[in-house]
Amino acid sequence: MIEIKDIYKSFSGNDVLQGISGKFEEGVTNLIIGGSGSGKTTLLKCMVGLHQPDSGSVLYDGRDFTPMTYEQRIEVRKEIGMLFQGSALFDSMTVEENIMFPLNMFTDQSRKEKLERVDFCLERVNLAGKNKLFPAELSGGMKKRVGIARAISMNPKYLFCDEPNSGLDPKTSIVIDELIKEITEEYKTTTIVVTHDMNSVMGIGDYILFLHEGKKFWEGSNKEIAHTDIKELNDFVFASRFMKAAKDKF
Amino acid sequence: MNFTNFGRYILLLKSVFRRPEKLKIYLKEIAKQMDYVGVGSLGLIAIISTFIGAVMTLQIAFQLVSDFIPKTIIGSVNRDSSILELSPTISAIVLAGKIGSAISSEIGSMRVTEQIDALEIMGINAPGYLILPKIISGITMVPMLVIISMFLSITGGYIGGSVSGAVTPAEYIQGITTDFNPYTITVALVKAFVFGFIITSVPAYEGFYVRGGALEVSQASTRAVVISCISILACDYIVTQLLL
Repeated sequence: MIEIKDIYKSFSGNDVLQGISGKFEEGVTNLIIGGSGSGKTTLLKCMVGLHQPDSGSVLYDGRDFTPMTYEQRIEVRKEIGMLFQGSALFDSMTVEENIMFPLNMFTDQSRKEKLERVDFCLERVNLAGKNKLFPAELSGGMKKRVGIARAISMNPKYLFCDEPNSGLDPKTSIVIDELIKEITEEYKTTTIVVTHDMNSVMGIGDYILFLHEGKKFWEGSNKEIAHTDIKELNDFVFASRFMKAAKDKF
Repeated sequence: MNFTNFGRYILLLKSVFRRPEKLKIYLKEIAKQMDYVGVGSLGLIAIISTFIGAVMTLQIAFQLVSDFIPKTIIGSVNRDSSILELSPTISAIVLAGKIGSAISSEIGSMRVTEQIDALEIMGINAPGYLILPKIISGITMVPMLVIISMFLSITGGYIGGSVSGAVTPAEYIQGITTDFNPYTITVALVKAFVFGFIITSVPAYEGFYVRGGALEVSQASTRAVVISCISILACDYIVTQLLL
């Protein structure tokens, strides 16, 4: 479980996060949603330590991450897997080398064991046999799936996904969402997905935290989201005509 | 580079020299970088050095109009100029353009495509993994390239002098073998070591802190080459002042 308590963050006097708190349970898909500039990616970066919050704390199963030293953070980071918005695969490495990279760095497994793990991860994301391809040879959806394979290669306890559906067609988006949900339930990871994709919200949002202008406006599940009367949330979730019509019907 | 940037540069270097996570992987990366910096630049350095040596001979011969000055002086002036200044400095400036821009673009692209963030999330010391092998390859391979450059520059002078008839081969060889001071080689290698460090660390710094996209990466690359060249010339003066 990951808990965030009263997170504040500002850049050059501009308050991006203002007292965000929340609890993200393991084995369920936790979503952080909000419009562009609402602070969701900044919150994610504060949680994984890419940004240092001005105040507040991030607890990984009770371990306060924010005051940790560099060496202490390394130990927590070994338990983290992350899928980036642009996949962030290493261009100079093949798919196999990308997935094997954290194993090479942090394990003493034999090459055979590592290759078996790579094959397992690739099979898990339905990309078996694509070991020798370079990132430049992959489609957007395949890159995301390799990103997931790399993220799960070390059996992470915590999985972060930064806008996993951005730039993907609706069908591929659903495949990625389902994959994230399956992995979360199968390995009991604490998964946090930052998104503004409404299909993801309705499809996999077990717990949703809605940010607006740097503040937490609402939290709940995808089943509850249709019944709220918070204007900011309704304006965000049901912005399109289609979603409005769907809500009315619902 | 203002004081804030200089401070950040020093802090980056501090993280570069943290203990590697796995030495074997770093050694592999160092070997790769040595191949790129050393072997990959050999052709360019060879061509430039040979021509510079040849042109130097012709220009020294052109300026020696007095019959009282022996022609053997052409060889000794060419030798000392090549060893002390031309080989280390010209090679370093050329390498700053070739290697410096490549390092800055590579690391800058990794920054804007979140690859550096990915390394940090994995618990890897990104400055160490990305920059340390480049610095080690710079401080080892640039001195080697400079040694080759010295040899080729002097050889180029021999060829240029012989082909043009500006100096006879015998006079040139007598010139390069007379009054040789081996300390000049030490000075040149100290310069090469310092330049190797600048050529790799300054562009790495510029690339590492890029914010934005493709435009900013290209701007950082240009800035890296300019700052490296100015730093090379400034350090050239300082090392010469200190050692000669």
